[in-house]
Amino acid sequence: MSTPASTGTAPRGKHTLAAAIARDVPDGAYANLGIGQPTLVSDHLRPGSGVVLHTENGMLNFGPAAVEDEVDEELINAGKIPVTELPGAAYFHHADSFAMMRGGHLDVCVLGAFQVSANGDLANWHTGAPDAIPAVGGAMDLAIGAEQVWVMMTLFAKDGSPKVVPACTYPLTGLACVDRVYTDLATFEITASRGRADGALLVRDLSGTTLSALSDRLEVPVVLA
Amino acid sequence: MSARVLDSYAESVADVADGSTVLVGGFGMAGMPVELIDALIDQGAKDLVIVSNNAGNGDTGLAALLAAKRVRKVICSFPRQSDSWVFDGLYRAGEIELEVVPQGNLAERMRAAGAGIGAFFCPTGVGTPLTEGKEIREIDGRAYALEYPIKGDVALIKAHTADRMGNLVYRRTARNFGPVMATAARTVIAQVGHVVEVGGLDPETVVTPSIYVDRVVCPGAQEA
Repeated sequence: MSTPASTGTAPRGKHTLAAAIARDVPDGAYANLGIGQPTLVSDHLRPGSGVVLHTENGMLNFGPAAVEDEVDEELINAGKIPVTELPGAAYFHHADSFAMMRGGHLDVCVLGAFQVSANGDLANWHTGAPDAIPAVGGAMDLAIGAEQVWVMMTLFAKDGSPKVVPACTYPLTGLACVDRVYTDLATFEITASRGRADGALLVRDLSGTTLSALSDRLEVPVVLA
Repeated sequence: MSARVLDSYAESVADVADGSTVLVGGFGMAGMPVELIDALIDQGAKDLVIVSNNAGNGDTGLAALLAAKRVRKVICSFPRQSDSWVFDGLYRAGEIELEVVPQGNLAERMRAAGAGIGAFFCPTGVGTPLTEGKEIREIDGRAYALEYPIKGDVALIKAHTADRMGNLVYRRTARNFGPVMATAARTVIAQVGHVVEVGGLDPETVVTPSIYVDRVVCPGAQEA
């Protein structure tokens, strides 16, 4: 982690958060940005960073969203958004695309989430509502496949309940797979896999809150990084 | 045997039997064999099991096949979308079965079928509802779930160009499931935009070799 623990005065909006994540993606990394807010991270990657974006429908090194006559229905990302092709791009079929994930070749993925537990369990595919039609896509493959799994989400749900929790109550996407959680109020490092005995989350980038305010609202132990 | 080149979608799907498992390529509209699906609707086969990434969009293609009540079960990774109202309605009415499979497992299970693999251990989905009831084995300290192949009776795929032997090349992200589905079904039917003579494709660029392909369909391309 290169950025020191710091305190911002206001919660981070999605663009500020995307910029913060983009700064942490190592130069030259092969990265997958999940559907929804994580795609915003690509807008903030430093030109010349050499980051290569992977899309699970079968492409490496795609570029910005296609506009006007660039739009080609056979050149889309996993969100089915028309994109563009950068020099050095490559196409491959689905089995190869997911082998890249499971095989440990993808350096980073950024995913949205409903909940993340203190030991890094991820719930992001199903609310568990009895009338919901289950749909998983590539979420489970990404969660267990990428070398680093980062989550981008708000820290509290609309009803005020925390989304970083002792144990997920929503159906799981993957076990102990999340390494880092970027939220509007703080960034959390999951330490369970690093042998920290108390399982506390390391907190940095406090934004519009304080450690003690966070401690009061979360049911998981947090310490400053 | 090399592929037969046909110019009729209807002829290419004429022998699809009731109860068949049909692998349908495409991710969104990219690589979706729309004309083959339309021909299958006209052909009338019913009680089908459809294997595809999605469960139909809008009112055309797979959605139209579902709406015609020809499909008993869908095996897919992502049925629920903003425009999947046909599937949603059938599912909520209890008129269609659904097996949700993580997208990579969907591809790998077909790859296994095409490669003669009896089953494989995969880490995806361990500890989630999608591996409930599956055998879990720890290998080198990591937990894996036992996954079985998905084999098709028929695959309907779309490629960019075929030669008259059935070698295929694809275009951009329309490749998606095509190459894997081409290995995993007993009868593989590819609709293509262009047919070239044997020798007209650079062998170094062939993505799906002709050995996998039974029928190539391209209007106007039938051999004289």
